[in-house]
Amino acid sequence: MSDLIAQIVDVRKQYMMGLVLVEALRGVSLDFHRGEYITIMGPSGCGKSTLLNLLGCLDRPTSGKYILGGQDVSTMPDDELSSVRGMRIGFVFQSYNLIQQLNVLENIEVPLYYQGRPEEESREIATRLADRVGLGERLHHRPYELSGGQQQRVAVARALASDPLIILADEPTGNLDSTSGSDILNVFDELHAQGKTLIMVTHSDEVSERAQRVIRLRDGKVERDERKN
Amino acid sequence: MSAKTKAISPHALVGVASVQRFVRTVQLGIKSLWLRKLRSLLTVLGIVFGVCSVIAMLAIGEGLSFEAQEQIRRLGSNNIILRSVKPPEERRTTSERSYVVDYGLTYQDINRIKATIPSVEILVPSRNIRKDVWSGTRRIDCDIMGTVPWYEEMRNHRVERGRFFTEEELERSENVCVLGNGLPEALFPIDEAIGSKVRVDGDYYRVIGVMEPKSRQATTANSQNGGNDLSGGAGGPPPAAGAGVGAAYEMYIPLTAAKNRFGETIVERTSGSFSAERVELHEATVKVKNINDVVETWHIISDLMKANHKKVDYEIIVPLDLLRQAERTKRIFTIVLGAIAAISLLVGGIGIMNIMLATVTERTREIGIRRALGAKRKDIIMQFLVECVLLSAAGGIIGVILGLAIPQVISFFAELRTIVTFWSPFVAFSISALIGVVFGIYPAMRAADMDPVEALRHE
Ligand SMILES: Nc1ncnc2c1ncn2[C@@H]1O[C@H](COP(=O)(O)OP(=O)(O)O)[C@@H](O)[C@H]1O
Ligand SMILES: [Mg+2]
Repeated sequence: MSDLIAQIVDVRKQYMMGLVLVEALRGVSLDFHRGEYITIMGPSGCGKSTLLNLLGCLDRPTSGKYILGGQDVSTMPDDELSSVRGMRIGFVFQSYNLIQQLNVLENIEVPLYYQGRPEEESREIATRLADRVGLGERLHHRPYELSGGQQQRVAVARALASDPLIILADEPTGNLDSTSGSDILNVFDELHAQGKTLIMVTHSDEVSERAQRVIRLRDGKVERDERKN
Repeated sequence: MSAKTKAISPHALVGVASVQRFVRTVQLGIKSLWLRKLRSLLTVLGIVFGVCSVIAMLAIGEGLSFEAQEQIRRLGSNNIILRSVKPPEERRTTSERSYVVDYGLTYQDINRIKATIPSVEILVPSRNIRKDVWSGTRRIDCDIMGTVPWYEEMRNHRVERGRFFTEEELERSENVCVLGNGLPEALFPIDEAIGSKVRVDGDYYRVIGVMEPKSRQATTANSQNGGNDLSGGAGGPPPAAGAGVGAAYEMYIPLTAAKNRFGETIVERTSGSFSAERVELHEATVKVKNINDVVETWHIISDLMKANHKKVDYEIIVPLDLLRQAERTKRIFTIVLGAIAAISLLVGGIGIMNIMLATVTERTREIGIRRALGAKRKDIIMQFLVECVLLSAAGGIIGVILGLAIPQVISFFAELRTIVTFWSPFVAFSISALIGVVFGIYPAMRAADMDPVEALRHE
C-alpha cells in the first residue's frame, strides 16, 4: 500500500445559521494515500465543499482530528495553518479565483511569494508551469484577457507552484464548456500519471470515471468509498 | 510515512528574500493604486490640501513675522526709545483757541536719566520738524531730524554714500545734512547730491551723505501726532508736530543746528487761528549695555518720566518688548496653524480610512484567495497598510510640492515675503505618512480578520 499522507478521524463541522445549528459534516473518517486520484461526489449541500475546505486547512473542524503529512493540523494556530496551506496544498476553484490585477506569471507566483522564495526562482518556476499548462505565449496577459479554460489552466499552474502534497479541486470544470473542461481533466490525468495526489469534487459521473477512487457523501456522512482497480 | 515536501529556502536567502518581498509588496501596492487612479487621487485630496496649506501658511506666517522682527530689530533690541506725544486733551483745545502747547521730552529728562541710571550707554536725542526742502526751484516736503552723530549706530540705520556728521559739526552746529534714501533723486535728478546744497527756510545746508533705505514700517510707527492738523491748505506749512506724519522723505541735520535754526517753538497757522507748539526733544534713544537690564531700565525710566510729567506727553517704545510680543504672536499663530493642520490631516486620514474600508470590502475575494494560497494575517495587514501609506505619502509629496510652489507664487504676485522653514516639508511629509499608518491599521485589520472560507465565497 502507498504512503498515508492525510488522515481525518471522526471529523465534525457545525455552523450556526441564525439560531439553527447546521451540521455540515457528522463524523467523517478517511485516509488519503500518495498518488491517489480521488473524486468526491454527492448531492448539493451534502458537505463536499466543507470537507474540501477542511482538507485544505482553510477551516478547522468543530471536532475530530486531521493529520496532514504527519502533523496534527486540526489545532494549529492561524499563522502555521497559513504556512501549511501555502506549502502543502494546491487549490483549484470552480470560479478560477485569479487575482485580477496580476498577470499570468504573477498569479502563478503568489504561493511562492508568501513562502518568501527568491524572485528569480519563483519566476523560473512560474514560467515553466505556465508553459506546461500551455500558456507559454500568454505570460503577461491579465485574467480578463483570457478565456475561462485558460484562466482555469493558470489556476492549475498556480496550484502546482509550491509542489504541494495534495491538490484540491472544487468542481474545477463546473464553469467550463466541455472542451476546456476536458483540457483541465487531461492535465489532471497527467499529474496523476506523475504521481501527484488529487482530490476533486465533482457532480459528473463522466469526470469521476477518470479517478481511481470515488467517495460519495450524503448528509455530512460518507455513504460509499470505492476504489477501482 | 515520510512526506516528501519541498524544502524551504536556505536560511542564507531569507534576509535577501524578505527585502525583495517588501519591495514587491510596495510594487504590488503601487500597481493596485494605479489601477484605481481616479479613486486614489480623490482619496488623497484631503491630505494634499492639508499638507499644502500648512506649508504655505507656515511660510507666509514665517515671512510676516520675520519682517516684523527685522523691523523691530532695526530699532535695536538694547534700546529704549522715548518719543514726545502731544497729549490728547491738548489736541482738542488747539482747534478752539490760539495758544502755545508745551509738551514732550526735555533736555532735563535726558539729564535725569543719565544721572539716575548708570547702565545707560548713550543717548540719541532728536528733534523732528516738518519743512519744505529746496534745491533751486524743486521743493520737497520733508521730515527734518535734528540728531547726534551716533544716531547711525544706535538705530542701526546707516549711511549708504558719503558720511554722517561728526561730533565737531554737532558742537559747531554746522549746516550740514544727510539725505534720506530717495531724496537725492527727488532733489537732484541730474547733479550729484553730495557736495550740493539744499535750502530750508533761509538757511543752506551742505549735503554730506545719503542714508540707506529704512524699512517702511519703522518710519510710520510713530504716526499718532498731528493727525487733525493736516487740513492746513496746499500752500501753508504742513504740521510740524513730531516725526514723520507720512512724509516720504527724511533729512538729518545736527541737533544743535536744528535747535538754533528752528527754535523750540513751532508756529502753525490753520485757517484763521494759529497754534504753536513747544517741544524740546522729539525723540531720545537710550542704549542699555546689557540686554538683560533692558526691562529693569525701562521700568526705572518709566517711573522717572511719570514722576516728572503731569501729562502723558511721551511714549516709551521698547523694541525688546515688541520683539517678545512678536514672538508671542508668532507662537500663537503657530499653535493655531498646528490645530488647523491637525484637523485637516485628521479629515484627510478619515477620508483614507473610509475609502480603504470600501476597498477592503471590494477586495474580499482577493483576500480569500491570498489566504488560501498561504498569506498569513500579517501579510494581509502589510499589504493594505502599505497601500495606505503609499496613498498618504503620495498625498504628502503632492502637498509638499504644492505647498512649496504656492508661497513662491504669492511672493511673486503679492510682493509678500515668504519663508519656507527647512523642516516644515519634512515634518508635513512624515506626518502624512504616519496618517497612512494610523488610519490604515483598522481597515487592514478588518481585511486580515476575514475568515478565508467566507472571503472566498464573497461575490
Ligand atoms: N459558512 C456557513 N455557514 C452556515 N452554513 C454553512 C456554511 N457553509 C456551509 N454551510 C452549510 O453546510 C452544508 C454543506 O455545505 P457545502 O459543504 O457547501 O455543500 P456542497 O456539498 O454543496 O459543497 C450546507 O447545508 C450549507 O448550507
Ligand atoms: Mg460546494
